[in-house]
Amino acid sequence: MNESLFINIIIGISIASTPLIFAAIGELLVERSGVLNLGVEGMMIVGALLGFIVQFHTGNPFLAVFAALLGGMAISSIFAFLTQFLLTNQVATGLALTLFGLGFSAFAGRGYTEETIVLIKAIHIPVLSDIPFIGPLVFSMNPLVYLAFLMVYLVWWFLFKTKQGLILRSIGDNHDAAHAIGHNVVRYRFMAILFGGAMAGVGGAFLSLVQVPIWGEDMTAGRGWIALGLVVFASWQPFRIILGAILFGGITVLQLHAQGFDIRISAQYLSMLPYLATIIILVSLRIRLKNKTNRTVPNCLGRIFHSTS
Amino acid sequence: MSKGRFSSILKLSVLSAVLAFTSNVSADPVKAAFVYIGPTGDHGWTYAHDEGVKYAKEKLGDDVIVTTIENVAENSDSERVITSLARKNDIVFTTSFGYMNPTIKVAKRYPDVKFEHATGYMLEDNVSVYSARFYEGRHVIGKIAGRMTESNVIGYIASFPIPEVIRGINSAFLAAKSVNPDVQIKVVWVYSWYDPGKEADAANALIAQGADVLMQHTDSTAAMTVAEEKGVHAFGQASNMREWGPNAQLTGIINDWGPYYADRIAAVRDGTWTSSDTFAGVQQGMVKFAPMNNNMPTEVKNEAMQAIIDLSMGAIHPFTGPINKQDGSPWLAEGETPPNFPDLLTMDFYVEGIDSQYPN
Repeated sequence: MNESLFINIIIGISIASTPLIFAAIGELLVERSGVLNLGVEGMMIVGALLGFIVQFHTGNPFLAVFAALLGGMAISSIFAFLTQFLLTNQVATGLALTLFGLGFSAFAGRGYTEETIVLIKAIHIPVLSDIPFIGPLVFSMNPLVYLAFLMVYLVWWFLFKTKQGLILRSIGDNHDAAHAIGHNVVRYRFMAILFGGAMAGVGGAFLSLVQVPIWGEDMTAGRGWIALGLVVFASWQPFRIILGAILFGGITVLQLHAQGFDIRISAQYLSMLPYLATIIILVSLRIRLKNKTNRTVPNCLGRIFHSTS
Repeated sequence: MSKGRFSSILKLSVLSAVLAFTSNVSADPVKAAFVYIGPTGDHGWTYAHDEGVKYAKEKLGDDVIVTTIENVAENSDSERVITSLARKNDIVFTTSFGYMNPTIKVAKRYPDVKFEHATGYMLEDNVSVYSARFYEGRHVIGKIAGRMTESNVIGYIASFPIPEVIRGINSAFLAAKSVNPDVQIKVVWVYSWYDPGKEADAANALIAQGADVLMQHTDSTAAMTVAEEKGVHAFGQASNMREWGPNAQLTGIINDWGPYYADRIAAVRDGTWTSSDTFAGVQQGMVKFAPMNNNMPTEVKNEAMQAIIDLSMGAIHPFTGPINKQDGSPWLAEGETPPNFPDLLTMDFYVEGIDSQYPN
């Protein structure tokens, strides 16, 4: 395999994986706080639309990404309000959020299906990007790809190296106990949900700002659901999100290349692999939970917190 | 993937219902419904159908009330949607191959309702089929691609291995090969009609593997934008995609369903509708072309124009023997052209010379 093709495949994988990293790392923090938000797909698509609209009107990528972030946050605040204050069922509310996001973006984006924008380009650092092989692979990625990796690190740092992260995790494991010693469960969860929305929004915008310069209804095409699967795949450990996203995204890209080279692997089997892996990991998690060797699943995941005092 | 189930939460657009009560037309207007596989904003397949619907509405005015439903997945969902439409309409158009079995099933339960299924091959007394000879369009772009490629690799982004898509691949390859014996075609299946991200990934993969002319049989404009960015050539699919690839788009195959839709709805109004099997092409105006890009050499443009003229006169057939199947077994003898059924409508093999293996 020649060098430029190899680099091309790696860049392709990074592009396919990044939206998944953003959406999944946001959802990971949400689930660590004990909330299951199935609205990832809806938040992503709203981010994709808002990012596109702002980039179209202003041509300013910073504003566009920021708008996507705010958009994801705004729509997730609906979920946060419903589940944290009105104590609605999280599964039903999350599904409703996905449906709402898809419908709302399709409606609001009607006028933009005819348009096209300037994509956010990969960076070029003088000298560093010109190093053969290493340069294109390490120093010439899209800025949002670096941001995705940074966010994974930040979430890990927050969860495991800060006091607030410890509190958030304890809320996810036992909200009654956390509440009893005086932590504000609802406030932590509210903020976590907003963060999850922001990340999903940016992940969605990656599709319309980096991958293709168009807006189309449903252009997230199920990536929000893959991100949800990824959180389980990663067994709620931040760095494993990267591994999982590269696996999920890599399979998509590699099977396209394999077809081009006429390597006969059934595309359907390949697309099944990440989900199979997720199921296997779920099973093994259960077994390890039974043996008390793994404590990563947030105990209160999806449970409604009702403060009695 | 859950896309279909969730997105098909129906976007009903019932149009001009009020008109029915106003004018001095004595007869009731015909109620016509259309089931779309994707969003009308895809600027491809569904967009082209929707343009056809607009044409029919304009032409028939108060005589028709149209209902359209977008994003209907080709699973059990479609049967539910078709059933609910059959209850309230005089004629239902189902505009994707995968709606074939549900359409036939529902049609049996509603014998008084007329059905029109696009690109399929199963007829009933109240079910017509209609399709366009897109492979004639592929013949023209195949010739252009064969001339324009410098790497001798044409990249083909395919959706699902159904007869319509296979016909397109075979036709494009034969035409390209007729002008460029060294040409190869690389086919990548994305197993989706509409997923802009994946279509772009496929375009990138094909370009990385040396393709410098892209063809697509998927519905979004994503591949065109990639071609424009990477400086390779491509062809519009189902509609003119020039806006997304002013330099990349050499021409495009345009689906013009308008006159057919107007005719069929008018036939219901006049009580003359009968089950029919329509397979129209360049000659009947169902397959048209986007303007040729000026960045093409004149000879190439002229050759393409000549092919269009020949097709519109019925003077040539893209599948004219001798043609062998991929495994070397004979398909068409010298000078022979295939019948519509079964050869064209159920085509399930590559022709000789295509390197890629046939998808299973």
